Amino acid sequence: MLWACVLLPQLALDGVLRRRPPSDEPLVLVSGPAQARVVHAANPPARAAGLYRGQRLAAAQALLSQFAMVEHDPDDEARWHRLLAAWAYRYSAEVGLFAHAVVLEVSRSLNLFGPWPRFESLLRDDLKELGFRHRVALAPTPHAAYVLAGVHDGMAVMSPDILRQALSPIAIAHARLPPEAAQALPSMGVRTLGQLMALPRASLQRRFGGELVAQLDRLSGDEPTPMESYRPPDTFEQRMEWTHEIEHVEALVFPLRRLTGDLAAYLAGRDGGVQRFELALEHRSGPPTVVTVGMLTAGRDATLLFDCARGRLERLALTQPVVAMQLLARELPPFVPAGRDLFDMRPTHAVPLEQLRERLRARLGEASIQHLRRTVDPRPERAQTCAPGVSSARTITLPRPTWLLDAPHPWRGPPPEILAGPERIETGWWDGGDLRRDYYVVRTAQGQCAWMYCAPGEQGAWMLHGWFA
Amino acid sequence: MGQVVALDSLLHARQVWHGRATPAPDSSQPTGWPDLDAILPAGGWPEHALTEILLPADGVGELQLLLPTLARLTRAARSVVVIAPPYLPCVAGWEARGVAMAQVDIVQAGERDVLWAAEQCLRSGSCAAVLAWPVQADDRALRRLQVAADTGKALAFVFRDRRHAVQASPAALRLELESTPGWQVRVRKCRGGNPPVGAVPLASGWS
Repeated sequence: MLWACVLLPQLALDGVLRRRPPSDEPLVLVSGPAQARVVHAANPPARAAGLYRGQRLAAAQALLSQFAMVEHDPDDEARWHRLLAAWAYRYSAEVGLFAHAVVLEVSRSLNLFGPWPRFESLLRDDLKELGFRHRVALAPTPHAAYVLAGVHDGMAVMSPDILRQALSPIAIAHARLPPEAAQALPSMGVRTLGQLMALPRASLQRRFGGELVAQLDRLSGDEPTPMESYRPPDTFEQRMEWTHEIEHVEALVFPLRRLTGDLAAYLAGRDGGVQRFELALEHRSGPPTVVTVGMLTAGRDATLLFDCARGRLERLALTQPVVAMQLLARELPPFVPAGRDLFDMRPTHAVPLEQLRERLRARLGEASIQHLRRTVDPRPERAQTCAPGVSSARTITLPRPTWLLDAPHPWRGPPPEILAGPERIETGWWDGGDLRRDYYVVRTAQGQCAWMYCAPGEQGAWMLHGWFA
Repeated sequence: MGQVVALDSLLHARQVWHGRATPAPDSSQPTGWPDLDAILPAGGWPEHALTEILLPADGVGELQLLLPTLARLTRAARSVVVIAPPYLPCVAGWEARGVAMAQVDIVQAGERDVLWAAEQCLRSGSCAAVLAWPVQADDRALRRLQVAADTGKALAFVFRDRRHAVQASPAALRLELESTPGWQVRVRKCRGGNPPVGAVPLASGWS
């Protein structure tokens, strides 16, 4: 077994930063009771000004006059944590959640994603794209990977033999041991994990209880780590909230890109697609504005999802400022990737046809793209439809025009010259749409070939129904 | 024999201009009308370029002109997009002329969105041909379509009223359809050669 650990040292802060456009503005997360507010996390510009975690807010305000303050929300942090677990699920079937970290079993994933250095860079690229700072380590046990990720970013220990060697120089304070042991051991002269592991087990157990020994066994792999394996939920729900109100749709584009990106990452992990999702724009008062985004087929490409959602959103006129946005996807049908011809002649940068259709639909309306097909009905008005279905196999050998008028209208010009006909169409008595017509192919005085009809047996009162264009 | 050598040396010295030294390569996009192919400098539709078709009225054979090309493309499983047609395409009529309707997307767009939609389709590179009926298109708009057709390596066809013939156009090929006395097509402009003087009569057909 090999476990990769993705440690997220700034999970709460990254969760807040990724919902706002990149900027150099100092920002801190604050927590604690109203009387004793402390800095929970500070972004790099704020840290450069001397702010640090655990600092009193009053002290921070004395150091820096202008900075953005966001209330730390543990639920929010947990949500990002779960999102990253969903993302990791794409790479491994066994994903576990540790505090501020996600561990995944990768020994079998390596066959698919390539040797560890390549796999590691895949993980890092994804995390960078998602906007989370991270440290990655690999070890034969999840706990060792967790400890190593905290100490050496990028460390990879492939075999249990050298694991002990890699663990021994680690200071007790960094070894994620039970707190009372971590506090007592250095004062007893035990400063590194190596020293600790060399001590007799029996006396350790007597002095610190079973927890420390069990922890050491989990580190070295002598005892399996009890862990609840992550299972992705069946619906996707992600919410973003701002401290300020957003009045223009354009300002929603950046958060929207994040939300659709998260949805795409989640879908890739689940190997699913989405055909329909909802964007709920929440206001200070009143019900939220719900925008439903539907697509022709299930998709999961981040650009496609973003394009579709953006098109729908841009046509929206905001009546009230938006304070939060929620993306909700309930129906997650299986994803069937579109097949592409090996000898495809299209340019390499071509936009897939599906994506093009979605883009057109997003701007021109849901019903703007039609595929016409033949039906079995001989009546010209009902002989074709744009409803989905299978085209009828019956072929017509009689002359048919290339343009069809929406509705026949009376011909006002001089009587046309008859080229062919008549073709009598007399049917439809059973559904109320009955008609009796003699169709002719005619040429008008302007030289156009037209498809006209008149009452059976007559050759006058021409009705124009199509053009042989 | 001596004179032949002299002519060669004249040509080598670039003292004699060699008009149309090499015949233009055969286009890979024949129009399906041998008479028309014969007079077009490219031997067919200009590839990856805009073709403008000027009409005296709707329904004078503009589709007859294109349907052989559309049939060839759709049967090769290439996509064709028809944007804002003046009437509904009649499926039976198109299929009788060999077009596979499953490959044809009909886009209903408002007056203001026709050019936008045409440009998106051309630029995407996933359509083999785009047919558009813009209501108003100026020189700049057509140039954009020309550039988009080049980017997406597609055939672009724009149908406009005959009264626009007097305006300059960036299209690589301009054809004018005439329905009287017979059905014929006149080349107004073609890239890579002088437009032929006479009109080309095409076999009129309603079937």
